[in-house]
Amino acid sequence: MHDTRVKPGDEIARHTLSVLVDNEAGVLARVVGLFSGRGYNIESLTVAEVDPMARTSRITIVTSGTPQVIEQIEAQLNRLVPTHRVTNWTSEEAGIEREMALVKVAGTGDKRVEALRMAEAFRARPVDTTHASFVFEITGAPDKIDNFVDLMRPLGLVDVSRTGVAAISRGPEAM
Amino acid sequence: MDKDDSLTMEAAKAAAETMTGAQMVIRALKDQGVTHIFGYPGGAVLPIYDALFQAEGITHVLVRHEQGAVHAAEGYARSTGRPGVVLVTSGPGATNAVTGLTDALMDSIPLVVLTGQVPTHLIGTDAFQECDTVGITRPCTKNNWLVRHVGDLSRVLHEAFEIATTGRPGPVVVDIPKDVQFQSGAYTGPRGLHHRTYRPRLDPDTGAIVRAVEMMAEARRPVFYTGGGIINSGPEASKLLRELVDLTGFPVTSTLMGLGAFPADRPEWLGMLGMHGTWEANHAMHDCDLMICLGARFDDRCTGLIKAFSPGSRKIHLDVDPSQINKVIRVDLPIVGDAARALREMVRFWKQGGRKAQDLKPWWKQIDAWRARRSLDYRNSDTIIKPQYAIDRLYDLTRHRDDVYVTTEVGQHQMWAAQRFRFHQPNHWMTSGGLGTMGYGLPAAVGVQMAHPGALVIDIAGEASVQMTMQEMSTAIQYDLPVKIFILNNEYMGMVRQWQELLHGKRYSHSYSEALPDFVKMADAFGCVGLRAEKPAELDDRIKEMIAVDRPVLFDVRVDPAENCFPMIPSGKAHNEMILSDMDDGGEISDAGKMLV
Repeated sequence: MHDTRVKPGDEIARHTLSVLVDNEAGVLARVVGLFSGRGYNIESLTVAEVDPMARTSRITIVTSGTPQVIEQIEAQLNRLVPTHRVTNWTSEEAGIEREMALVKVAGTGDKRVEALRMAEAFRARPVDTTHASFVFEITGAPDKIDNFVDLMRPLGLVDVSRTGVAAISRGPEAM
Repeated sequence: MDKDDSLTMEAAKAAAETMTGAQMVIRALKDQGVTHIFGYPGGAVLPIYDALFQAEGITHVLVRHEQGAVHAAEGYARSTGRPGVVLVTSGPGATNAVTGLTDALMDSIPLVVLTGQVPTHLIGTDAFQECDTVGITRPCTKNNWLVRHVGDLSRVLHEAFEIATTGRPGPVVVDIPKDVQFQSGAYTGPRGLHHRTYRPRLDPDTGAIVRAVEMMAEARRPVFYTGGGIINSGPEASKLLRELVDLTGFPVTSTLMGLGAFPADRPEWLGMLGMHGTWEANHAMHDCDLMICLGARFDDRCTGLIKAFSPGSRKIHLDVDPSQINKVIRVDLPIVGDAARALREMVRFWKQGGRKAQDLKPWWKQIDAWRARRSLDYRNSDTIIKPQYAIDRLYDLTRHRDDVYVTTEVGQHQMWAAQRFRFHQPNHWMTSGGLGTMGYGLPAAVGVQMAHPGALVIDIAGEASVQMTMQEMSTAIQYDLPVKIFILNNEYMGMVRQWQELLHGKRYSHSYSEALPDFVKMADAFGCVGLRAEKPAELDDRIKEMIAVDRPVLFDVRVDPAENCFPMIPSGKAHNEMILSDMDDGGEISDAGKMLV
């Protein structure tokens, strides 16, 4: 018999979900409205059409909650009429998650040299360079980008733009 | 797409006819078997109204406010099992429909609501009577569409009916710009059309059914907890529920929305459960060892305090909507599927396995002890009409008929009606359960009477609720609908007053109606019959008069203004902590309980 309560041990965890939807007007609003209306959290969200012939879009959402909340989020996403399928990369399937960020750092002298050195270590590429600034392009798991941004902070971090997470399964199968 | 589908698609295309968008709307309604629509015209739907003017076979009911149209369509849908159809204009027409849409979403009522929209080239310009209808109605519909091209219109209309009526039913909105209504295009019929992604799961997993039957055969303290899903599944589900109870001998309780699925005169009936449920129903829920939830959703009115909810039971949950499973209460055995199909399988496997229930005598003995508390009793009076007495008399004087349909407004009168009026058939009880919409009952009665012309349709109302949609009396007059508005007039918003008494130190902040209309004169002004009863002794004659007159009636029943609705699970308490009267000292409510509604 189950304990009917949400147990104190039910820790809040971060989950990455992909939702394959019909690319019709308002479908993103439907997904986002579901999260705001039911009080769920969105940490990041990416969306783009992935199959123009089939008119499908893939929405990847990073959210957090207790196991019960995550189960509800998946069920509610599945309930939306334009939804084809929902995959949880954190709890169900082994997936690869990547995010891209553009990071602007301004500074001169030692700090500028140190920023460039760090960027090399993280395989971040300068895509814009002036005498007083760099814009780095970095790709990786969200944690790696967090770390890089933290390291840039004392070196003259000016601006960050992140894409949010894209995810895909390992191996030969589709989502 | 399989071969058959492609063939029927070909056939459908070959049969395509060219017509305007407005004509397509009427044609699609006819092809979907629609005979009644509830609506209100305006600038952005004039082409559809023009097509309707020239069409035969569809009766349009002109309401007095769009909220009334939606509630009327809900009453029509719930009493017939067919979708309710609404036609309103853009802007205020659409926004006025929002309360009804939300009501229908919460109670899973199938509605197709058609809204006019400003022409496509004006969308986004803040045009006259423009609003973002699909944006506003997205969270209060099962799905909605803005149709920008006439070529999409017939497909969307047929998809709208499919989505509204199948799986877990619900309201849908189709927003149609005025230029699309004028444009010509090819009409395709409903045959062979299937939505691209929408596939509700109707057939239950056989393994789960087998397991459920095993658990039922092992149970010593079982209870069926049934809900609106049984009603929505169709009359067959109610029949099968009765058969399953015949086979097992298990007790049955029901939510507010499920009343009528199981006959209230059978010995297995425990009455309604929940905040104002019976002592025996709530204690059976708390003490059972197996709870079989059929088409209900563990709503907070039903569960009481979650952490103390039925602590010793295994739980089976049947629902057609997978998102209801484990939403509030974690269950041991989920079954996703249509109620009738799942019940049919349960009956089949129970019989096939030669199953026998355990000895339930000790359980029934316990239930009889709870029943002996007689939790619905009240102290009657011979000088003042008690609201409970009024409902008992109404039931007694109509019980010989099997064509009585009851709607309600929201509040104390609704709970007294649910507790005391005894239903024996599904689809005869229409009430606003999830949203709790005051003003639902009168227009819902209009919709029910439209579908059942010869029936006795009674709105058990409160004087506060009924004023919210009172203007629909005018609709009842226009269409000769002899609805009976049975107002339990206690001069208060009774449930608000009751909570203020119990929770807010008897500070009756704005819950007294200081300036009530004279309902008898008001009836006269509308052109219907007004009646009043002030003493218990005159009640029977007035009720008989109300039933006998073949016209709409407003009946002002002056009842005890101080009466409270019991039994009651106070906010934040468990099923076994319910109170039976004002004198019961279990009524003290915690601060956490006060937070709840």
